[in-house]
Parts: sequence; structure tokens; C-alpha cells
Amino acid sequence: MTLLAAKNISRHFGGLRAVDDVSLTVERGEIHAVIGTNGAGKSTLINVLCGEIEPTSGRVELMGRDVTRWTQPRRAQEGLGRSYQRTTIFPNFTVRENCRLSAQAKWQKPWDWFTPAMRCNSSATAAENALQRTGLASLADAVAATLSHGAKRQLEIAMCLATAPQILLLDEPLAGMDSEETERMLELLNELKVSHAILLVEHDMDAVFRVSDLITVMVNGRVLASDTPQAIRANAEVQEAYLGAHLEERVTH
Amino acid sequence: MMNLRSSWSLLVLLVFAVMFPSFGEKYYVDLVMKIMILSVFALSLQLLVGQTGLVSFGHAAFFGIGAYVAALLSPQSGPASFWLLFPAALGAAGLYALAVGALSMRTRGIYFIMVTLAFAQMAYYVFHDTKVGGGSDGIYLYFRPEIAIGSVRLLDLGQPLVFYFFVFAALVLTFLLLAAAQASRFGRALAGIRVNEQRMRAAGFATYPYKLAAFVVAATLAGVAGFLYALKDGYVNPEILSWHQSGAVLLMIILGGIGSLRGAVFGAIAFVALQEFYQSQAIFGSLAKHWQLPLGLTIIAFVALMPKGLIGLGAQLRSRKAI
Repeated sequence: MTLLAAKNISRHFGGLRAVDDVSLTVERGEIHAVIGTNGAGKSTLINVLCGEIEPTSGRVELMGRDVTRWTQPRRAQEGLGRSYQRTTIFPNFTVRENCRLSAQAKWQKPWDWFTPAMRCNSSATAAENALQRTGLASLADAVAATLSHGAKRQLEIAMCLATAPQILLLDEPLAGMDSEETERMLELLNELKVSHAILLVEHDMDAVFRVSDLITVMVNGRVLASDTPQAIRANAEVQEAYLGAHLEERVTH
Repeated sequence: MMNLRSSWSLLVLLVFAVMFPSFGEKYYVDLVMKIMILSVFALSLQLLVGQTGLVSFGHAAFFGIGAYVAALLSPQSGPASFWLLFPAALGAAGLYALAVGALSMRTRGIYFIMVTLAFAQMAYYVFHDTKVGGGSDGIYLYFRPEIAIGSVRLLDLGQPLVFYFFVFAALVLTFLLLAAAQASRFGRALAGIRVNEQRMRAAGFATYPYKLAAFVVAATLAGVAGFLYALKDGYVNPEILSWHQSGAVLLMIILGGIGSLRGAVFGAIAFVALQEFYQSQAIFGSLAKHWQLPLGLTIIAFVALMPKGLIGLGAQLRSRKAI
């Protein structure tokens, strides 16, 4: 089932066409990876999809509804979660509170001033689940700023999961993770894809070709090719424009 | 919320404030009352600056509106009804905040500071340059309002001691309300907005209404402080809306410690105490009229030596010992 669809999305910054007429869909049960060199427009695309910036033209559809004019919080409420390439957490809160506060978005009750937030069981439970899934449970009471880089990346994902999204837009979740953390994250992505639709922007090509069901290659804001990993690997145009010999030696060995 | 170590200092203050009228001189009882009112004012700003991370440089406008409405709606012939006067003062402050907040919340950082300052100065000049509230001469409030149900008078605010404990109760209630709000989901959301608004929006919080709510609540509580101020002195003039007053209340929370309710109270105490000290002719003779200079220098020294404010002093000393 198509949960998220981009239809002819363009985003121009002055004369620069950061994203140029991009269409793609993300289905439940699949990981759709977007790859491309730095500056290919991947992060801009994610920002348009989640509502952080408006497209210059084109449509964003969430579960069949046109959400192009919706604000980011409203899309998030409807099940669109994202993670950030640059770690975007609450550094001076504990790991648990980072997740609990994210989860609280579903149970906000801002008028209830006389119940402490800690007694909101729904958000506490959602936070615990997110911590368990991402393997952060043992670090729950640590202050987020004190975590290692890899653990902060995991927290980034945990905070996204805590909001119980149906669609995950993950912006380079593996950046800076060591091999063990990468393995765990890939395992998690495989678990999550059963019940979620996942759009994955990632530079780690080995990982992308291992977990993706569909790969879209972007060059200079445009879609160069969109196909299965096998077909992308064999695509001469892609090899020339982006992957080159580099890919051959890495994925065909 | 608060641990034992931090609450003993509050307990001492609480006992002191309750006992003080039984032995203090009238002048000092009056001073304590002024500190309590300014504490309410500083607490209200703490919600905005310390909790939500919105630095407003126009908070005096709401204090002043609360005070002016109390004075303007009080008849010269006898006491007004508290049940009308109090909601009117708070409502006026809150409504002005709703308008100011809705517009200024579209800006950030330094622009937000400047826009709030501009709106406060607008209010200042309305009272200063028009005859609405007696112009720059100000306006008198002759009778404190009457708290009655039907013909039964519950409290006689005209009696100094009753009014003292009325102010005391207002301070305690404001403190407890804000302490509860800080720990609530609302308060946590405001803290999240302060630390990382982008992430809050990504999680699904519409941050604009949260910030606006914090702005209006803070302004309404500033209106409470202004209301009490007008009742205490029986006189208001435009200077209580001026940017000096907005700066003073910011200094109070900086002195006491940004983000802490205790800090707001300690800051108000420190600010008034320093002001009294440097204004004292008995100590400084003819130099006392230049009190603003030493006060400014002292505040600079405070901020330089205690970056976390008075409430951070304990932790600061402990960590120094540890080294």
C-alpha cells in the first residue's frame, strides 16, 4: 500500500534547482533508498516531504490525501516521522526524556497543568518501547549530550519511533556508526519495514544494496533511475554518473 | 520537581515572610511586600524566558496594564468589587499579550526582543502622552477593592496586615501554579521548544500555539503583579511600563538564575536589596542619588562571577572545592 507519494516535486533556491521534478512512492513493507552524491537534493527532498520546507511546485500525498499545504506537525500527527542527518536531539535531557517528550506529541493535553508529565503512562510506555527496539534501554538515564556519536544516532531513530509513525524518512541514519551499530540498525530496519514504509537516504552503499527493495538515484536534483537494487547495479548510466568502477569492485566481489 | 536541598531555602523565606510583620518596622514590611510583588512579576517572566526560551524585553507592559486597569476602574467614591476589578486587570493584560504575542511570535531571537520592546513602548506612550491615565502625572487609586460575597465582606484589604498576607498568598499560589505547570506536559513541551524547536515540530507539536500560550499566561501573571502593585501604593504612573522596568525584571531573573522559579524569587530579593542599599543616604550620603552606577557595576560583577545566578552559587562553590 502506498503511504507516501511525491508527485513532480520541485524546489528551487533562487537559480538553483535543488530538487527538480522528482516523483516517487513509498509503500508499506518496503525500504525505498534514495542515493546520490552530496548536493544531489536528497535532504531537500526529505525536507519537502516532511513539511519543513514548501515545494516550489508539485504534490505530496500522505495515504492518498494531498498534504502539500499541511504543516510539519500536522503531517507528523498523521504518521510521518523523520530523523535528521545532523543529530537533532534534546542534549540536556535524559535519553528517556528525549523519547518520552517525542512520544508526548500523541498525548499532548497542554491544558492539564496538575498532572506531572512523568505520570503520562502512554508516553512513558512508548518511550520504553522505542528505547528497547533501538538498544538504548541501558542508557536511558544518561544525559543525551554525554552519549557517544553512534548512540546519539540511535537516539535519533528512537525519538522518531517514539512518535509511532507509519512512514519513516531516515536521513543518513548510519552516518558515523561503527560496524556493530550498523548491523543492529540494519536489522532494526528490516524488522520495521514489515509494518512501516521507509524512505532511506544513505551513503553507505553496502548497506543500501543489502536492505533496499527499491533504489532511486538522484543527480543534480533529478531522478536518474529508479529500480530494484539488481537493476540499478547493472544500469550503465548510473555507473557512469555516480557509482562508477567504485561500485563494481564493492558489490560484485 | 524540587529536591530537599533546594527547598529548605524556600522554607526559610516562607517562615520569614510569615513572621516578619509581627516584628518588622513599617518601612521594611512595605519593602518585603514590594519584593513579593516583584517576585510574582519575575516568576511570570521566568515562564517565558527560563522555561520557553523566549526573551521578551517588553514584559513591563503587562505589569503596567494590570496596574492601570486596577486604578482606572476603581471609583473615587468607594471600593470596587474585587470580582470585577481583578479579572478586568488580568483580562486586559492577557488580551494585549494575545495581540502582541500573535504578531511578535513570528519573529525570533533579537527580532523578538525588539518587537516586544516596541509594543511595550507603544503602551507606555499611550499612558504617558494621552489623558487616559492622567498622562505623565499618573493616577491615584483611593480604595482597595472589596472582597465580598453578597453583603458579607470576606477580606478587608484596606487593613495593612490583611493586604500583606493577601500579597503573600498571591506569591505562594503563583509559585505553586508555575511549579506544577513546569512539571506538566505543557511545561515539558515548552522546555522542548526552548532546547530544540525543530525536533518538537518533527515530533508533531504545533509549537506556535504553545509559545503563544506561554506568552499570554506569563503576561497575565505579570498583570497580577501589576494589580497588586497598584493596590499597594494606591498610585500608578507610566514609568512602570517603561523599558527600564522590563530591563529590571530581566535582571532579576538573570541575577537569580535563568530557568529556576527559586531563582526568580532570589533575584527579586537581590535586586530590591541592592537598590535599597545604593539608594541609602545614610551609607552613601550625597552619592546615593547616583545609585544606578554602583548598581550596574554590581550586577555586572554578579553576572561575571555567577553565570548561573544566585541559585547556581552552591553548585559553583562545591565544584570549585572538588578541584
